[in-house]
Amino acid sequence: MDMSALNPVAIMVALIVAATPLVFAAIGELVVEKAGVLNLGVEGMMIVGAIAGFAITQESGSTTVGILAALVAGAALAGLFAFMTQVLMSNQVATGLALTLFGLGLAAMIGQPYAGIPSPPFPELSIPGLSDLPVLGPLLFAHDWLVYASLVLTGGVWWLLNRSRAGLVLRAVGENHDAAHAIGYRVVAIRTAAILFGGACAGVGGAYLSLVAAPLWVEGMTAGRGWIALAIVVFASWKPWRAFLGAYIFGGVSIAQLNLQALGVAIESQYLSMTPYIVTIVVLVIISADKARARMNAPACLGRPFFAAG
Amino acid sequence: MLRLEKRKERSRVMTWAGPLLAVALTMVFGMILFAALGKDPVRTIAIIFWDPLTNDFSRSELLVKGTPLCLIAVGLALGFRAGVWNIGAEGQFIVGAIAGGAAGLAVYDTAGVWVLPMMCLAGAAAGAAWALIPAILRIRFNANEILVSLMLVYVAGLWLSALVTGPLRDPDGFNFPESRIFHDSATLPILLEGTRAHVGALAALAAVVIGWLALERHEYGFSLKLFGQAPRAARFAGYREARVVLLSMGVSGGLAGLAGTFEAAGPVGQLVPALPVGYGFTAIIVAFLGRLHPGGILLASALMALTYIGGEGAQLEMRLPAAAISVFQGMLLFFLLGMDVFSRYRLAPSKALAARRAQGGAA
Repeated sequence: MDMSALNPVAIMVALIVAATPLVFAAIGELVVEKAGVLNLGVEGMMIVGAIAGFAITQESGSTTVGILAALVAGAALAGLFAFMTQVLMSNQVATGLALTLFGLGLAAMIGQPYAGIPSPPFPELSIPGLSDLPVLGPLLFAHDWLVYASLVLTGGVWWLLNRSRAGLVLRAVGENHDAAHAIGYRVVAIRTAAILFGGACAGVGGAYLSLVAAPLWVEGMTAGRGWIALAIVVFASWKPWRAFLGAYIFGGVSIAQLNLQALGVAIESQYLSMTPYIVTIVVLVIISADKARARMNAPACLGRPFFAAG
Repeated sequence: MLRLEKRKERSRVMTWAGPLLAVALTMVFGMILFAALGKDPVRTIAIIFWDPLTNDFSRSELLVKGTPLCLIAVGLALGFRAGVWNIGAEGQFIVGAIAGGAAGLAVYDTAGVWVLPMMCLAGAAAGAAWALIPAILRIRFNANEILVSLMLVYVAGLWLSALVTGPLRDPDGFNFPESRIFHDSATLPILLEGTRAHVGALAALAAVVIGWLALERHEYGFSLKLFGQAPRAARFAGYREARVVLLSMGVSGGLAGLAGTFEAAGPVGQLVPALPVGYGFTAIIVAFLGRLHPGGILLASALMALTYIGGEGAQLEMRLPAAAISVFQGMLLFFLLGMDVFSRYRLAPSKALAARRAQGGAA
C-alpha cells in the first residue's frame, strides 16, 4: 500500500463534507423525537431536499435560493407527515415509511431531466489571511457556509432544548403529552412545529449532498443516509453535541472506506462499501444494549399518538 | 366546525371501505399528477388500471409480479400485527435469491427433480437467517429492528453485486457482472404455456391459506394480535415476546427469501445486480392495503401488480417517467393510512356547533 497517496488535510476536509449532511438530518430528527414524534421519513425528506435544491439552483443560478428551496421542500413533505400523524392520528411508523417511499419516487420523477448535469460551484467562505494559513487554513477557515451553519444549528438546538423555556415545553410534550395538555400547552401545534423544523433540516442536509458533496443529481443518491441519521439520534441518546459527534464518526467511516478503495486494498469494493451500514448496526447494538439507560434517555412519549379527549 | 370523536370499537364498514376509498382517492390525485406532467389523465389511468386486463399476456404478468408481493406481504403481516417492524424484506429477498441461485449454480448442468426444492429450501433458509439477525439483536440487545433490518438491505444489495462480479460470475460472460443462466432443472416450471407465470404463484396461494389459518384460526395469530394491542396483557397471559419476535421475523424472512429464489429461478433466470426491483418495499404497502389479512393481501397484491404492469405500459405509451408509479404507490399508502382514522374515530359537529344547534332546537 502506498500511504503517501493519503493527504491528511484533504481527508479531514472530505470528512467534514461527508459529515455535514448527517449533522443537519440528525439534529432535525433529534428535535422531532424530543417532542415525542418518531418520523421515519428522514430519507424521503432528504432526497426531496436534494433534488429541490439541485433543480432550483439550476433554474435560478443561485445556490442560496437552491438551499432555501430544499428547506421549504423538506418542510412541505414533513407538513404532510404532521397532518397525517397529528390531525388524522395515523400510525407514525407506517406514515414515516410512506413518506420515504413517496419521497424517493417523487425525487426520481422530478430529477429525471437533471441527471448528469454538473451543479454550479458552491461558494466557499474564505477569510483573507486566515484561509491561506497552511493546514489550519483549509481545515478551519475555508469551508462553505453550510458547514458553519451546521455548527450554529447544533449549538442553537442545544441551547433551545436545555436553556430556554420553549425547549422545556417541547421536552415536556415529548415526555408526557397528557400532562402537558392538562397544563394548557398545545401538544399538536408544538409537535407540528417540531416536525416542520425536522423536515427543513433534512431538506438542507439532502441539498448539501447534491450541491456540495457530489455535486450532481443521481437517483437515490441519499443511499440510506436518512436512516443512518435516525441511528445517530439513538447513538447520541438525544443529545445534540453527541449527535454532531456521531455524524462525524459516520462520516469518518465512509471516508475511511473510500480511501481504502482508492488505495486499492485487495478486497472487492462492495465489501468496503458495506462498512457504514454494518458500523451503524454495531453501534446501535452497543448503545441499546443497556436497556435501563436507553429507556432513561428516550423521550417517554416517543411514537405514541396524542388524542385530546374532551 | 367538525371534530373527531372516538368510536367505542373499530367500524367494520370503514375497515374495509377505507382501502377502496383510498384507491379511489389515489386515482383522482393520480389524474391530477398526470395532468400536471402534461399527460392525458383519463387515458393514463385507463392504461394503468384497465389495459393490462384486456390481453392474455399482461393478465399472466399479474401472476408474475403478484407472486413475490403476496408472499412477502403475508409474512410481513404477521410481524406488523405484533408490532414487529420488519422493514428489510427487500434484503431478505436479495439474500434468498443469492442462496437459492448459488445452490442452483453449485450443481450446474445436473438434472434432477430435487434441484428446485433444494434451491427453494436454501433461499427460504437464507432469507429467514437474514431476518433473524435484527430479531436476535432486538431480543438480546434491544436494538431497533427497523433500523437494523433496513441497514441489512444495503448490505445484501452490495453482497449480490460483489458475488456476481466475483465468485458467481459467468466464466464465459465476457466479464459482465452476471451469473450463468440457470440450467433447465434449476428453472421454475411455467404454469401457463407461452407466458412467464411460474409455479411460484401456487406457493403464494398456499401462503395465503396457511397464513389465514395461522392468523385467524390458531393461537399463534391470537398471540400476535395480543402483543400488538396490549403487550403487557400478552406477557401476563404467558406469551413470550422473544418467541413472537423470532417467529414473525423468521417466517417473514423465509417467505421473502423464497420469493427471491422464485424471482431468480423464474422470470430473471440468472443472478444480476438489477434483480431486486423493490418488491420488498412495495410489499409493505400491500400488507397495509390488505389490512394485514391474508385474503385482503391477495387482492392487494393483484392490484399492486396491476399498477406495476400498467405503469410499464404508461411508460411506453405516454412516456411517463418510471418513478411516477412509485409516487402513485406512495400516495396510495398515504390515503390508506389517512382513511384509517375514520375506522377508529367518527366525524362529529364541534361542541360549539352542537350547543348552538341544541339552543336553536329549544327556541
